[in-house]
Amino acid sequence: MKRIILLSLLIFSITACSEPPSQNKAVYMLLDTSGTYTQELDKAKIIINYLLATLDAGDSLAIARIDSGSFSEKDLISKVTFDARPSVVNEQKRAFKRKVDIFVKNVKSSSYTDITGGVLQASEYLHETGAKNKYILIFSDLEEDLVKGHVRDFSIPLVEVKVVALNVTKLRSDNIDPRDYLNRVANWQTRVHEGGGKWQLLNDIEHLEKIIQG
Amino acid sequence: MNQNLLLLWNDSMPVSLTIWLLLTVTSMYLARDLVHQLVFATTQALRVSLKHFYRSLNILATNIRKRNNEVLLSSAREATEKNIEREFHRVNAMVAKDLSGYPATQRKVNDAIKKIEEDFQQSTETPPLPPAWLDAIESIAVLSNNNGDASVAKVLSHIQKTLESAYKETLNEFRKTSLSRHTILKNMLPNWRTISQSLHSIDKNIDGLDKRSQIIDQQMEKYEQIRNHDEIICRTLSSSSMTQFAISTLILIIATLGGIINFQLIALPMSEMVGGTSQLGPMKTSDVAALVIIMLEIAMGIFLMESLRITHLFPIIGSMDDKMRRRMLIITLSILTILASVEASLAYMRDLLALDRETLSQSLAGAAVVEAELRWIPSIGQMILGFILPFTLAFIAIPLESFIQGLRTIMGIIMYHSIQILAFSIRVLANLFFRVGKIINTLYDVVIFIPLQIEKLFNHRKTKSIDPDIETIHS
Repeated sequence: MKRIILLSLLIFSITACSEPPSQNKAVYMLLDTSGTYTQELDKAKIIINYLLATLDAGDSLAIARIDSGSFSEKDLISKVTFDARPSVVNEQKRAFKRKVDIFVKNVKSSSYTDITGGVLQASEYLHETGAKNKYILIFSDLEEDLVKGHVRDFSIPLVEVKVVALNVTKLRSDNIDPRDYLNRVANWQTRVHEGGGKWQLLNDIEHLEKIIQG
Repeated sequence: MNQNLLLLWNDSMPVSLTIWLLLTVTSMYLARDLVHQLVFATTQALRVSLKHFYRSLNILATNIRKRNNEVLLSSAREATEKNIEREFHRVNAMVAKDLSGYPATQRKVNDAIKKIEEDFQQSTETPPLPPAWLDAIESIAVLSNNNGDASVAKVLSHIQKTLESAYKETLNEFRKTSLSRHTILKNMLPNWRTISQSLHSIDKNIDGLDKRSQIIDQQMEKYEQIRNHDEIICRTLSSSSMTQFAISTLILIIATLGGIINFQLIALPMSEMVGGTSQLGPMKTSDVAALVIIMLEIAMGIFLMESLRITHLFPIIGSMDDKMRRRMLIITLSILTILASVEASLAYMRDLLALDRETLSQSLAGAAVVEAELRWIPSIGQMILGFILPFTLAFIAIPLESFIQGLRTIMGIIMYHSIQILAFSIRVLANLFFRVGKIINTLYDVVIFIPLQIEKLFNHRKTKSIDPDIETIHS
């Protein structure tokens, strides 16, 4: 009996002392600011507000724009890892919201769309957070338009990352040949799978709860 | 392979099978006695082992029952002893409090009686009225009217007046003494009342003592039954224990729900104190901290109840001297009050955090932030709840004690009945093995019935051939 008690205490102490696996979430959202897509940014604000309401202490959130060369820290609009104290978390969320509001108000269209660079930047950030659940949300039409000379045709490391494409609005040309839209989506899905990630497409922002689960 | 084995004797399957059958039956017939013995020995061995097991289980069940009864009787004996002791204490207190004043009361009654006697004596010493005076006055009055002599009449009239005056004076004196007597009698009234009240008080005390003695008699009777290990009292105690167990379980469920509410009140603000991200095993550290506070409150409540000698979970606390016990009572009550105050403040903090979160949610949803009216009512309610719940949880010690005591009895009863069911099953199994052995032997004989019948016939003839010889010998 004594042995059992000692063993239980030992197991409990080992369990209690060892660093438990992280249960946190990290979300990196990419906002397409090319061309007329800036008009869609109000929808992006709704998604960001939803994320702010959903994420909790210990979770990380970063918002970055997709522009001509997105593999850069300068495209980061705001990033935060929420504090352990709920009162501080609320303040951080308010500050984050203010930054996003200012960005959306003053945003200027970019000439090119480097989605791959943005995803690569997001992947780097997410792996650094050490969170258990990692999400990249791409708020874009998925039409990549690179500056001449930029190389982006390689596999992106996306192991344990869930990539969610949001509001992939159909382009004018898609109406002429919808296969363009389907090919774009299929192409990105293949790239994500090749990188070891999971793919999800969500055009209806009424079902935001499907983005982050668990 | 099997086919080859079947066709070992002949290429024709029926022929080969017949040979196999003949061989098998013959072998079985030859091995009949051995097989019967083997089956019998095996089933008997199993039966005997199972019977031994059954007997052991029965002994175990009896021991458990005896042990259960002992536990029940022991706790009941302890409780009855305490009851009797308490009743004696009450009687002692009654005697010390009420009957200690008995000599004073007796003196008071005696004084009152003496005073009444004296008053009575005084009231009887009144001089009787001389009734002859009245006759003399009447005679003189008649004489004065009949005689006609003026001087005589005058003298007589004077005498009459004097007598009347004397009579009046006597009458007045009599009235005065009567009044004095009545006053004395009136003064006796309080003494009578005093005697009546004193006697009533004594009667009441005696009546109280009588009732207490009846209760002691009942308890003594119960105690006697317990000491005699009466079967009826065992059943009564067992039933009472089960009722206690059910009630205490219900109360504990209610207390657990109260604990959950308490946890909800302090879990969120706890994350403000210890952080909401770190984890201890599968749980958040803040949740563990909140649980620890609740557990501490329950522990303090248990110690408080122990110090008050309401529960007896820790005999060491109960056996402490009064001074030490009082100290412990003060310490536990102080800690409980501090914890309750902490909870009240945490509950208030929770309200503030909830309000902040609500405001943020409204802002994120794009709605205008609305200032709720009468927001202070739930805030105060939560604070009061945070302060009251720890004290409420302190009382968990009482049902917990009943639960532990009842659980011991219930576990004993369950164990006893389980073992009895097992013993019954074992007995059935033992009998089944015995029957199965017989069935196997009969089935064996059915397979080799032909050689058996031949043997029977042969034996019959043999007996017949021997019988005439025997008859000859006898004759």
